[in-house]
Amino acid sequence: MTKEKIRIASGQGFWGDLPDAPVRQVEGGPIDYLMLDYLAEVTMSIMQKQKARDPNAGYARDFIPLMKRILPACVERNIKVTANAGGVNVRGCANALIEVARELGLAGKLRIGIVTGDDIMSRIDELLARGIELRNMDNGEPLSTVRDSIQSANVYLGAAPMVEALRQGARIVITGRATDTGLTLAPLIHEFSWASDDWNRLAAGTIAGHIIECGAQASGGNCQYEWRSIPDLANVGFPIVEAAPDGTFVITKHEGTGGRVNIPSIKEQLVYEMGDPHEYITPDVVADFTTIHLQDDGRDRVRVFGIKGHPATRFLKVSISYSAGYKAVGTLVYAWPDAYEKAQAADKILRARLERLGLRFDHILTEFVGANATHGPLAGEPRSDAPEVQLRFGVRGQDRAAIERFTKEIAPLILTGPPAVTGFAGGRPKVEEIVAYWPALIPKEEIKPEVKVLDA
Amino acid sequence: MRVQLTKLAHARSGDKGDTANVGLIALRDDAYPILVREVTADRVKQHFRGIVHGTVERFELPNLGALNFLLHESLGGGGTLSLMTDAQGKTFSTGLLRMEIEVSDEEARKLELN
Repeated sequence: MTKEKIRIASGQGFWGDLPDAPVRQVEGGPIDYLMLDYLAEVTMSIMQKQKARDPNAGYARDFIPLMKRILPACVERNIKVTANAGGVNVRGCANALIEVARELGLAGKLRIGIVTGDDIMSRIDELLARGIELRNMDNGEPLSTVRDSIQSANVYLGAAPMVEALRQGARIVITGRATDTGLTLAPLIHEFSWASDDWNRLAAGTIAGHIIECGAQASGGNCQYEWRSIPDLANVGFPIVEAAPDGTFVITKHEGTGGRVNIPSIKEQLVYEMGDPHEYITPDVVADFTTIHLQDDGRDRVRVFGIKGHPATRFLKVSISYSAGYKAVGTLVYAWPDAYEKAQAADKILRARLERLGLRFDHILTEFVGANATHGPLAGEPRSDAPEVQLRFGVRGQDRAAIERFTKEIAPLILTGPPAVTGFAGGRPKVEEIVAYWPALIPKEEIKPEVKVLDA
Repeated sequence: MRVQLTKLAHARSGDKGDTANVGLIALRDDAYPILVREVTADRVKQHFRGIVHGTVERFELPNLGALNFLLHESLGGGGTLSLMTDAQGKTFSTGLLRMEIEVSDEEARKLELN
């Protein structure tokens, strides 16, 4: 029998979000599902490297100790979990979870669904040879220009394979690269038996996913509207979708938590990272954000309804990461008087020294934090009586040695440049390898997601 | 009279590659038509001169009383390539709210801006 209402709780807005948030979602009140988003665009390449060093690694390791804490409660209260924690080693992640479940005495009481088929790293040459160019969606360049630098290539899978895992009785569903919105949409399709061409409801579930995928950014975090009066952010409640079979839903949070869910907080999250609002494209549906209606539904409750969707496109998005050189950023702090002028003078000296050393970079950027680092010329002329200004100097290039050499030029400015300077306790700047992101499209028929359900 | 957008709107911004998006949301429903009239793509491009190097696109969301702007070539290459403090464009929101627009005395009265 179809339930009248499903409550899906957001537990992580990104990998590295508040570690206790998922625990509080499980313990703070009734929920049916917990969704956990772990994968940023460059996360896959980090995991690819970890797996190269250790074949058992390559997934979101934080997920395992977290599950150890919440698994008994999830089993007891029949809470299911959808998580893209599998990274580039979904099976390894599932194996670690099975081990934890057995330690907790839950053997035989838990089915774990795994979704794979997103990783196309080993198929790149074959795809290119068949004329699937995987051109960069932003600038149109063919992938062949960075072929030798590719570090990972994963397709964003949609909700369908997760739905299949749930249908086979999985309580925990682990995916690799899957859309954030799919983690919320899949439970709704499963519980309410929505058809795969019920575009309006699929769009509604997708928008529900978009609202909660950034965690507390929908419930008072990073919210400009009356920010001073948002209560108890120290104890912020993460958002929860309370969805009905007809595709309408309420965004709320647990009783007794801080933060705020109101129409302005939801509007701010709706426009976050928005492109063309008429076409929010996912593997499952094209959602139209201009059809969303919001209504106040009491304290910390916003009702969302009226959403329309269109048929999904023929393509899936591919997230490819490639090595794109090196960078380093150094900082120093100049104090009153004339802090900005001193920081400017130091910038000139540093540039002259780099020039004399013959170091060439693809890009050099100087920012003056405290004067104009965030708003540039919009900030107006910096105050001459500023208490301090931070010089922030960054370089990027293909030659690692040149970047290394640059990092040795920051500290000397303290004894060889303008006065009243400090802030170099951290040592030389670190050289970072740049792993850049290459978005592309691939025809859907090229990708065959695989679903397996394992018994703990 | 000249009014700063902070009096009429709130905003949130983010990134997609080298493009920043700014969602500008009217604080009151009756402020939305003024935003539509005054905060054009051209004016936003002009406002962010020296910061936005590409084109500016504008989309209307009357259902939310919001405008969405895409500011292309704004993030120093975007993502991990960018050397900027704000490589993710998160502060472009308040950058846009610095803009001043023209409202009539009658509109100012209705919006209680005086």
